[in-house]
Amino acid sequence: MLRYLLRRTLYALPIMLGVAFVCFLLVHLAPGDPLVSILPPDASADLQAQLRELYGFNRSLPEQFALWVWRAAQGDLGVSIASNRPVATEVMTAVGNTLRLAVVATFIGFLLGSLFGFVAGYFRNSWVDRLASVFAVMGVSVPHYWLGMVMVIVFSSQLGWLPGTGAGPTGSGDWSWDWAHLQFLVLPALTMSVIPMGIIARTVRALVADILDQEFIVGLRATGLTHAGIFRHMLKNAAPTALAVMGLQLGYLLGGSILIETVFSWPGTGFLLNSAIFQRDLPLLQGTILVLALFFVLLNFLVDILQSLLDPRIART
Amino acid sequence: MNAIALNRSLSSLRFTAGAALLAAAVVAPSVHAQEKVLRIAMTAADIPRTLGQPDQGFEGNRFTGIPIYDSLTQWDLSKEDSASPLIPALAVSWAVDAADKTKWVFKLRPGVKFHDGSAVNAEAVVWNVNKVLDKDALHFDPSQVGVTTSRMPTLRSARKIDDLTVELTTSEPDSFLPINLANLFMASPAHWDSKFKAVPASVTVPADRSKAAWTAFAADPAGSGPFRVTRFVARERLELAANKTYWDAKRVPKIDKVVLLPMPEANARTAALLGGQVDWIEAPAPDAMPQIKQRGYKIYSNAQPHVWPWQLSFVEGSPWLDKRVRQAANQCVDRAGLSQLLGGMMAEPKGTVPPGHPWWGNPKFDMSYNVKSAQALMTQAGFSAAKPVKVKVQISASGSGQMQPLPMNEFMQQSLKQCFFDVQFDVIEWNTLFTNWRKGAKDPSANGANATNVSFAAMDPFFAMVRFVSTKTFPPVSNNWGYYGNAEVDKLVADARTSFEEKSRDAALAKLHAYIVEDAPFVWVAHDVGPRAISAKVKNVVQPKSWFIDIATMTMD
Repeated sequence: MLRYLLRRTLYALPIMLGVAFVCFLLVHLAPGDPLVSILPPDASADLQAQLRELYGFNRSLPEQFALWVWRAAQGDLGVSIASNRPVATEVMTAVGNTLRLAVVATFIGFLLGSLFGFVAGYFRNSWVDRLASVFAVMGVSVPHYWLGMVMVIVFSSQLGWLPGTGAGPTGSGDWSWDWAHLQFLVLPALTMSVIPMGIIARTVRALVADILDQEFIVGLRATGLTHAGIFRHMLKNAAPTALAVMGLQLGYLLGGSILIETVFSWPGTGFLLNSAIFQRDLPLLQGTILVLALFFVLLNFLVDILQSLLDPRIART
Repeated sequence: MNAIALNRSLSSLRFTAGAALLAAAVVAPSVHAQEKVLRIAMTAADIPRTLGQPDQGFEGNRFTGIPIYDSLTQWDLSKEDSASPLIPALAVSWAVDAADKTKWVFKLRPGVKFHDGSAVNAEAVVWNVNKVLDKDALHFDPSQVGVTTSRMPTLRSARKIDDLTVELTTSEPDSFLPINLANLFMASPAHWDSKFKAVPASVTVPADRSKAAWTAFAADPAGSGPFRVTRFVARERLELAANKTYWDAKRVPKIDKVVLLPMPEANARTAALLGGQVDWIEAPAPDAMPQIKQRGYKIYSNAQPHVWPWQLSFVEGSPWLDKRVRQAANQCVDRAGLSQLLGGMMAEPKGTVPPGHPWWGNPKFDMSYNVKSAQALMTQAGFSAAKPVKVKVQISASGSGQMQPLPMNEFMQQSLKQCFFDVQFDVIEWNTLFTNWRKGAKDPSANGANATNVSFAAMDPFFAMVRFVSTKTFPPVSNNWGYYGNAEVDKLVADARTSFEEKSRDAALAKLHAYIVEDAPFVWVAHDVGPRAISAKVKNVVQPKSWFIDIATMTMD
């Protein structure tokens, strides 16, 4: 197990470096001036050159990359060009907000997705299966930004039941898990949960259907095991894959949905990315993408460990 | 009720205490309810910078510039029926040196204090000029340079004469300086010093200490404006409280607190308004206007000094080199139809500034919709329905100030077709279009386009006219994208820049404007009207013909 952990950690390092490289390259390949947020188009050529030098954009790309990676390795992701605030602070605040949203959304999605998936798989080809599948397909198919807008129109603008924007009555800084704050979470979390719900439901349904066809189930039935007993065995066999899918979904959601967070003005990583993209704020964009990518690598790593604990055969391969 | 019942059963002492608490509980909300709080949803994705020189274009000046800070000169925002004139602010008077026209003397208003209690004096003004111009100054801040110096391109230095007199020097005689100075906001040097001293000793490099001090200053700034910052939550909200000791009695705020919320998405802003989360939204979603009105909110709009144009190319081979084609295009735009498309949320231009403006100048060319006249001009220029002129315009799908560029440009395409124009578009991303604007029509980035569609602010003479027509502003110096210019227009620019009396300067600018309209280096399409939806409980709202609006004079029920 220890060897597996070490091997997995060693694999993660080049992945992280590769991620940093791709992220840097992509951001610099995009057209547009990185100083556009602080440099109006009527700034003189001298002023442009002066600011390019002050911000280090006059250096060669390899130089800029090496400097950025060196600083990032020490936890310094630079300073946002547009806001002048440290990128690390900006990103970690946003990650905290997105994490709150993503965990709740994933929980809802996992709960409903597993329920629909197990029921549909266990009662294959029945009306229950078809109904659960309809929900699952809808979850995957409905554009979530559209669903978000509909939610806002119905529950916020028309009925006035729930707030449609923001992350708390006085901002996300003083968040607490009371209704005054939670009501801001309801609509974005529900909207965000529909995709993981759909994906998990479809995955679990296929898994359950596959497991039910396996010989050991026939053997269990032959030994006279009850439905509940068979269900328990099925659950244990389906759990590693379902967990892996959930981990991946949490990873996707941690990236923050740019669209959902923009629709609900939720100050998470998606909102931050949107702002960084439109302001061409390269340090913020690079920093946010890097942190999110690293979170994704870390999450996969944790899921792998969890899977190997649930199924020791994985660690042995 | 249960608490009251319980109190009744307690001893008299406890009853008294309980009653007092209950009374406090009842009174507290009523005191709280009396606090007038105005919540505003901005279009910006982040709170515009609060350290003195805001970013996010003029929305930044509108919400974190003018309310928090003062400048030497300011726009009079008290009227909605005429162009906002320039009036004194921290400076009570100013004059150019009779012998040396590059030197200006500004007399400062006595007794004005920053929010931290320190005095607004000549030293503070010099300090604020140096923050963006003196690279050797400890407090020099590169991040404020771009948004400041480009708006006052000729300002070079400042010198204290006495406590209330300061001398400003320009690189060349420039009568536009007092107008440009409305963009230089005065931050408190004493407050910045306190932030600088609080930077941890572990930060040793002076530039890093200065940067850290500015970051701390941005979170807790001090200007001298009618509102002071009380709470800053990065990217989420900025809370301002009334500065009851503001020097201008007419602008001492009646609203106790203003909360600014960044909400870049139009539908989110509209939902926040209709859901009662905010009292004011900038640029409501056009489709939601009827619903907003139906729910009792008021829509305010007024023609802004903003131009949504096609800026034309004058490089060799451009079809726009023929003045008849340029004028025909201007007469062929069905602006009334376009206004209808936009739900009335635009004003029809007659030039860069409207009739009645001090810089109007009565141009002889009338660009009103006149298809017959436009067709005649095109026929004279050698074009017809069978032989249309091909033009290519670089446009964006979105962007700050761009209104609704895709439907508007498609409308233009249809409208111009009847006058023998075959319009093609090169649709590119907004920031790229913005960057290309500076590179000019000869640059490969123009991609063969002979017109570009970048909207602009027309608040001051340089931004409104000079940068587009002077031969000194050809790319990459400034925004004369199309390389338009000649000796005659250069002389008009020079005359305006060296006319130091307000009336003679305006007269010179009027001549320049008339010349530009007649020569038509633009197709003028629309002026934005800056629509905003505000709750009916907000009173005394004056939406001037400006990019700005004065919150300080508003009241709330």
